[in-house]
Amino acid sequence: MTAVTEADALRTPRRSRRSTTLAIGCVLVGMIVAVAVVSFFWVPYDPADTSGDRLMPPGLPHLFGTDKLGRDLLTQLMIGARIALTVGVGSVALGGLLGVAGGLAAGFATRWLDDTISALLDILIAFPTLLLAMLVVAVRQASLGSAILAIGLAMSAIVARLTRVLVKRVLSQDFITASRTSGTSWPRVVTEHVLPNIWPTLLVNLALQLGLAVLAEASLSYLGLGPPPPNASWGSMLQEAQATVLTSPVGAIAPGVLLVVLVIGVNLIADGLRDVADPTRRRTR
Amino acid sequence: MSLLDVTGLGVRSGQGRELVSDVSFTLEAGARLGLIGESGSGKSLTALAIMGLLPTGMTASGSVVLDAPGLPRTQITGATERDLNGLRGRAVTVVFQEPLTALDPLMRVGRQLAEPLGRRHGLRGAALRRAVVAALEEVRLTEPDRIARAYPHEISGGQRQRVAIAMALACEPALLIADEPTTALDVTVQAEVLALLDGLVSARGMALLFISHDLAVISRITDHVLVLRDGRAVEAGAVRDIVNAPRHPYTRSLVDSARELDSPLDRITL
Ligand SMILES: Nc1ncnc2c1ncn2[C@@H]1O[C@H](COP(=O)(O)OP(=O)(O)OP(=O)(O)O)[C@@H](O)[C@H]1O
Ligand SMILES: [Mg+2]
Repeated sequence: MTAVTEADALRTPRRSRRSTTLAIGCVLVGMIVAVAVVSFFWVPYDPADTSGDRLMPPGLPHLFGTDKLGRDLLTQLMIGARIALTVGVGSVALGGLLGVAGGLAAGFATRWLDDTISALLDILIAFPTLLLAMLVVAVRQASLGSAILAIGLAMSAIVARLTRVLVKRVLSQDFITASRTSGTSWPRVVTEHVLPNIWPTLLVNLALQLGLAVLAEASLSYLGLGPPPPNASWGSMLQEAQATVLTSPVGAIAPGVLLVVLVIGVNLIADGLRDVADPTRRRTR
Repeated sequence: MSLLDVTGLGVRSGQGRELVSDVSFTLEAGARLGLIGESGSGKSLTALAIMGLLPTGMTASGSVVLDAPGLPRTQITGATERDLNGLRGRAVTVVFQEPLTALDPLMRVGRQLAEPLGRRHGLRGAALRRAVVAALEEVRLTEPDRIARAYPHEISGGQRQRVAIAMALACEPALLIADEPTTALDVTVQAEVLALLDGLVSARGMALLFISHDLAVISRITDHVLVLRDGRAVEAGAVRDIVNAPRHPYTRSLVDSARELDSPLDRITL
């Protein structure tokens, strides 16, 4: 009775916060997605077109100006959106798949398998992403695929470790034992109780990882380990703009702002989705 | 043949520590036994050992034989998971101490209750929904429709424990183990839930293993107790005898503290 009133008190502000969170996140990410989709059909200039004047300020005909080689910045930003989303979604798909699978295996495993996987994960996590990326690039050359592979692999270790902990924590809870005391079969316990209890947290973490992956791609590109020009990612734009940031700030600010918009948008969506998935955080009916 | 026959039950932790040792008792169909002991005395582990659900790493020794009507007589220690799963629910089930953690926080109460009900009685759809509401009414929950649609955090502790009892009863087990089912509840609710449990267990002729650290609570439910201390049985017998003439010093201290805390105990010393 007390519990209900307390929960009621907590709920009312929650709902409005959840719906706005989700809505704002969708708008932010939606904008970037729209730009990326348009870039497949139309960009103002050829990305390799260096015919424009160098380092032009925003205006016409180059809406966002040009870079130091005279390439159109808007074109680069649009293609950059495509690359950022591809890297984000691609590496989360790879890292999420590997990580969740490995984490589930370790979480449900008995001693030795769990120990083996945990040891592997510790090594993989201790391994710097950058070094991993350089190894991948050394084997496969710098490309979008290499960036996704490196970022996805590094991510998989982190996701796996989280998944493992989540599984162990849920398995140790009374309601799992309670469900088993009534004769629920093990596979049913897993699908009905274990997975539903870990995925809200996993989901939020994967969204966070998507944001981090976009940032990681930016730093790889910044170091010249990302996809090669002329298809510039936001990271490589940042890198190229750094020498001229004082004279032509748009080239540095614009990709930075878009990066932040995407990362924040994804995190807001994740937050909103978690509130939908977790009834203890949600207002009822 | 007894419904439950526990002989020389021992439980060892993964590190080899003896958590329960040499516990023996029997329980006939429809009979009741109280298991009393302070916190950490091994009461819950004894219950889990009977279910074959000890935490990973722990091992059970000795013999636990369950012989429920209509089910194969089974030696629990050493049985396969498959055999055990056939017994869980039908032969024996548990109501836990903490009703909040014993319910899945992300699943509506009605759906959790539908799980054992549907499996035990082969119900689906509208018939299953009706059975869920009926089961909630049986544990005297008003507004069963609202409660069925609620998540565990949306109902009170007493209501949760009633739901947990309904889930256990839905299995119609031959033996119900109640592991301190009222400890987490406040005193008035405690009395109601005890009375409810008492009535429902009698009505269905179930055997009851009632676990508690509170002699006064146990005395309301059952006539016979087994006193556990540090994983060992130190005394067993009728509640009346144990209250009037405790033989073991530990039992005496239990009785004394119960006297201090609870006047209802005086009733049964008459
Ligand atoms: N998962 C576990 N791993 C290791 N030791 C455990 C575990 N669970 C219980 N123990 C130990 O086993 C002993 C008996 O525990 P048990 O839970 O059976 O006590 P209890 O009598 O039910 O106590 P309470 O009244 O507090 O519920 C305790 O000393 C406890 O520390
Ligand atoms: Mg206990």
